[in-house]
Amino acid sequence: MSGLEQRIHDAVHSQSQPTVTVLSSLLAVEDELGFIPKEAVEFVAEFSNTTVNDVWAVASFYPNFRFVPPAEHVVEVCWGASCHLVGAMGVVKSVLETAGLDAEGDTPDMRLTVKLNTCLGACSQAPVMSLDHHLVGRITPETATKKVANLLGQDTHGA
Amino acid sequence: MAPSFLEVGIEAQRRWQELTDGDSPWLRIGTALCGEAAGADAVLAALEAALEAQGAAAQVSRVGCLGLCFAEPLLDVLLPGGHRVFYGNVDPDNVAEIVSAHVLGGRPVTSLALGYLAQEESAAPLPEGIPDLNQHPMRIWENRIALRNAGNVDPLDIYQYVANGGYQSLHKALTNLTPEETLEEVKTSGLRGRGGAAFPTATKWSFLAGNPATEKYVLCNCEEGDPGAFNDKNILESDPNTLLEGVIIAGYATGASKGYIFIRHGHDGPIDRCRAAVRQAQELGLLGENIMGSNFSYDVEVALTGDSYVAGEETALMEAIEGKRAMPRFRPPFPAQVGLFGKPTNINNVKTLAYVPEIISKGGEWFAGIGHDTSTGTAILCLSGSLNYTGMIEVPLGINLKDVIFEAAGGAPGGKALKLLQTGGPLGGVLGADNIDLLLDFEVLRSAGAIMGSGGIIAADETTCVVDLTRSLIAFCQYESCGKCFPCRMGMSHLLEVLERICCLKGSEEDLTLMRSIGENMQAGSLCGHGQLGFNPVSSALRYFGPEFETHIVDRECPTGTCSMPRFSPVASRR
Repeated sequence: MSGLEQRIHDAVHSQSQPTVTVLSSLLAVEDELGFIPKEAVEFVAEFSNTTVNDVWAVASFYPNFRFVPPAEHVVEVCWGASCHLVGAMGVVKSVLETAGLDAEGDTPDMRLTVKLNTCLGACSQAPVMSLDHHLVGRITPETATKKVANLLGQDTHGA
Repeated sequence: MAPSFLEVGIEAQRRWQELTDGDSPWLRIGTALCGEAAGADAVLAALEAALEAQGAAAQVSRVGCLGLCFAEPLLDVLLPGGHRVFYGNVDPDNVAEIVSAHVLGGRPVTSLALGYLAQEESAAPLPEGIPDLNQHPMRIWENRIALRNAGNVDPLDIYQYVANGGYQSLHKALTNLTPEETLEEVKTSGLRGRGGAAFPTATKWSFLAGNPATEKYVLCNCEEGDPGAFNDKNILESDPNTLLEGVIIAGYATGASKGYIFIRHGHDGPIDRCRAAVRQAQELGLLGENIMGSNFSYDVEVALTGDSYVAGEETALMEAIEGKRAMPRFRPPFPAQVGLFGKPTNINNVKTLAYVPEIISKGGEWFAGIGHDTSTGTAILCLSGSLNYTGMIEVPLGINLKDVIFEAAGGAPGGKALKLLQTGGPLGGVLGADNIDLLLDFEVLRSAGAIMGSGGIIAADETTCVVDLTRSLIAFCQYESCGKCFPCRMGMSHLLEVLERICCLKGSEEDLTLMRSIGENMQAGSLCGHGQLGFNPVSSALRYFGPEFETHIVDRECPTGTCSMPRFSPVASRR
């Protein structure tokens, strides 16, 4: 068994909740690897006694899942109505510019993924973004640029 | 062997006494999603550093949300036997001063304090030069039932919940009431579902109670995906035990064998705190076999869904728990006959179930005495957008929406004029600012074209373009359409296309007729509320702001200039 296969096996088998399903197994793999490789789809199908086709049906439905390895960092910007009304579009624009992207996605060097999120859940602090899953509120285009640059700068400065 | 409930109660009182009137001050910091986004982690780190550097002994708890989200990070200090003094918008740089003056010196830093909350059991004089927090506009209208512990107790410590009367209602139900009497109490209360439909809770429960099957489920729905609504997540983060007790009592009243609490993956705060509450309840014998020595056995599991707004629809939710695509089922059969894994099932919203312990404790009559007409009890509202005070408040139903917006939330900041409210989530509608002189009442709001929904109220000021907002709401609905029914799947995409055209000032008069026709087809041909209600944002916007659409179409002009700004939405819809 390869290292990847072992990690998939362990993630699926270490679920502690009583109700184990195709979706819960996929979420467990996503938590472990940050993406769903083809091997995981095959493994979950066999584990759940279902078809690869049915597992893909679930995996492709929920936007949680990605199918290529994750970039080093992920920045999510909320575009829900609360954030939209207090300037989310300006924040999205400045984050994309800082990342050098035209739309959400991965940078070519795989250092950063930019995602739009429908609601990060801290509407009272709008506009909200998250940096590697840590929420930051009351963001402006300027502070967003700074925070993204800091996030990307961390590694190059040997932190 | 689990301890008896009496033993748990005695231990809880001992611990609470130690926290509130022990050897050292008790410091509480808000760490719900709102606190996290405002920087609570940095304040907590500064606090721990300052306590250590100054050698100050203190008990520190990470609590949930007091509702005053605008003032996060919110830190409060309770000196032994004293009163709680709150510091709002705490800057990590000010923490050392709070520790030296207040925690060590016993003198609150009045220049930084937001307000105090008097402690009933304290004989200490009230702090001088600091306002009473209960006189703050955001708290003055409140009547906290479901939120009674929010921001006061450590959500990870079940003993703090028990010390504040927690699990007394379950004890009362199991020892003094039959399941039928428990259900009758909820019926007397007039409680209606807080997830959006406002259906009488006891009637819903009676469908399940009347089903003779032995394996039956109670589902609690915390798939809270609508922008502007965060009260379900906040309850789970602030006081998960209130919800859990409600889920257990619902199971007792309906004869269910198991409960599920369903949360969106990725919301770690609510998930972790809810799982901890379940684990602790199991350890103390409040879940499992023969709860509190009765012959009622019941367990609860926390299940996760992927990101999907439609998973909040009750049959789609059951599909997601079963691990499938979150798509609604045909009805009939209804969930009370054929539900989760084919078993009879009852589904309630978080807020609905969070009321249940207090209803059992104080009686249905008491709850029915609060509110207006057939809208009994309170509303738990999330206030966001262009408001001076954003946050979460629990107010009696029947108060005026105008007062909530202009008094409690302080109106729009910077002297700007309020333009509209967006209520009830993306499928709700918009309400012109001139039309908010309305009672908070399920029927009154519905007839005004703006549903209460899950309690989210987003305010927009005069700088907002209503066409752009409508486009944004429909972009959300299009992105979240599950794709099962083509009138919704294609209708949303088509509506978005038309609205994009109007935003680009390239719309035509026919576009308004076209949108109405799409909306009618979506309403007639969709299986669930997503498609049935999905035209609401457009129809309500046209109702209150028709002329603004005309300006875009006829004069080729966006009065606020918003429509010339760049727009972004997710690259592809999920389907």
